[in-house]
Amino acid sequence: MTETENLYQPTILRVASDRLEAPEVRSLHLEFVEESDRVRFFAAYRVGMFGLWGVPGAGESALCIASPPTRSAYVECTFRRTGRVTAALADREVGQTLTLRGPYGQPFPLETWRGRSLVFVAGGIGLPPLRSVLWNVLDRRPEFAEVTLLYGARTAADLIYKEELAQWAERRDMRLVTTVDPGGQLPDWTGRVGLVPTVLEALAPAAAGAVALVCGPPIMIKFTLPVLTKLGFAPADIYTTLENRMKCGVGHCGRCNVGSKFVCRDGPVFSLEQLRAMETADL
Amino acid sequence: MNLIAADKLADLAAALAAAGYRVVAPVRDEEGAVHLKVWSAGDAIDTATIPANSAKEFLFPPSEVIGRYALDGRDFTPQEVRADPPRTVLLAVRPCDVAGLAILDAVFNWDYRDALYNARREATTIVALVCPASDAECFCTSVGGAPDSTRGADLVLQSADGGRRFVFSPVTEKGAAILKAAGSTLAEGEARLDPPASVPERFDAAAVAEWLGANFESPLWQEWGLACLGCGACTHVCPTCHCFDLQDEATRREAVRLRNWDSCALALFTAHAGGHNPRPTQTERWRQRVMHKFRYFPERFGIFACTGCGRCGRLCPAAVTMGEACRQIAEAASLLRRSSRSGCEGRKADTP
Repeated sequence: MTETENLYQPTILRVASDRLEAPEVRSLHLEFVEESDRVRFFAAYRVGMFGLWGVPGAGESALCIASPPTRSAYVECTFRRTGRVTAALADREVGQTLTLRGPYGQPFPLETWRGRSLVFVAGGIGLPPLRSVLWNVLDRRPEFAEVTLLYGARTAADLIYKEELAQWAERRDMRLVTTVDPGGQLPDWTGRVGLVPTVLEALAPAAAGAVALVCGPPIMIKFTLPVLTKLGFAPADIYTTLENRMKCGVGHCGRCNVGSKFVCRDGPVFSLEQLRAMETADL
Repeated sequence: MNLIAADKLADLAAALAAAGYRVVAPVRDEEGAVHLKVWSAGDAIDTATIPANSAKEFLFPPSEVIGRYALDGRDFTPQEVRADPPRTVLLAVRPCDVAGLAILDAVFNWDYRDALYNARREATTIVALVCPASDAECFCTSVGGAPDSTRGADLVLQSADGGRRFVFSPVTEKGAAILKAAGSTLAEGEARLDPPASVPERFDAAAVAEWLGANFESPLWQEWGLACLGCGACTHVCPTCHCFDLQDEATRREAVRLRNWDSCALALFTAHAGGHNPRPTQTERWRQRVMHKFRYFPERFGIFACTGCGRCGRLCPAAVTMGEACRQIAEAASLLRRSSRSGCEGRKADTP
């Protein structure tokens, strides 16, 4: 970046298609208006990094990048309609544009995981950051050993990426286990019923040579980490992504730090080993 | 020596303004308050009083446009936002304010370079005033500064002959350009420099940093948190506080993306859209403010993010101040050291 470039000048993306994933949860499939922006983006992007997605007049929100770098014709984001910015993003129609800054932050150390098994544990709206890793891994399938995804939500309706869940269930080169909280199932539900940590313990994926990636609501993460530890996963082999309110995305605006670590710069990806050294009372 | 009579600083400001500089100087208003402001003809320059505001707003404005978009009802077209700052001279700013700019420089160039800030910084010449008078809130000497520090200055201005004159000493080429622009308002001559203000050391900053490393949990945080009103005034006058918010505003025809000063003392600063707030009370917010200045920032950049200017102390309606907090922390740290030396039991690490 040169001196004269404005750090806050975003890339412009056009909505190619959109999809309602669950109540209030929407995915946008976006194309780069300028080819040079697409090239620049994918030169930097690795799974786990995030972006600042915006609509002029509404503002910007820090959201994960839900699509993998192995699919470099487009970029996708998935979010729940919660505040002013996510409402404006959700209301963008096909053909309209929006702004993106990034990719920012530290990625998952995917290249160091070659030859290892991967266990994905996701809850609710925590799936998008892991979905980009999962597709990245599936696109490079021979490089990794066993792949397991355990995904849970409060109710069957709250499960996102329903079409992809069906695809993943069909695949023979990965294992998908879905679960809903007790009472969240419909009469035709064929998955498990139970909270994610409980189902994970019963599932008992092998820890030897494996890496676990956990993302979901804080309460799910809190109860999932001890289960992984009990199953034999070392703190250095358990990864999660943190989120905090962010504005700049580059460590200047001063609000997303947890102790001395900035989620935007030192994260959002952290291992449990790193988390244990942090002032997590600040989370 | 380059000299000017003490009551002729306004003539110098006029000469610099005539040479095309935006002149920022400590100006006394009708009520007697002194603020750093853009000087205009007729303004009285007052170097004897510590200005209420710091110099940061002239490099990092309270509100600035960082993005501009034309709206046409269906979509938007980005407009260019160019850094085109006025050539500025900060005239007679104290060393504690000059020191504050080093912290802003570090933040706004932390790998990602902020072009808008850097352009303004590049266009600014700093005429530092050797501090002539301190007050009970000053503690620059406790955080690595000094009333006569010339670090970061392009030109140094020092009172001489018992306050009757000022002596100008250029440090950099930018400073020499100011002397040139000053023209005939300066005269060659000899003068006896007045002694700088004396600022006693109030605490051991290294001991504060060390205590902070071991006391993320301490009853002191709650003590200060309960007293704090959460108004954020301390962060606004602070020469090093740089936290900001990004907000969009729009009419039907145009949207602007603004960078506005924000404050870790305010409740909404870290509030998530979903309702969770990692710093739910003033206790956590105060801890963040002290930790950031004396532990997190030095850990990353090797300097304290506090210059001891004392403004937070002068302004706080509840008397919760950085200087006093640090003094209490240093006292707690020294009590701890003494008790550990004497093998005394029963005093926990977090008790002041």
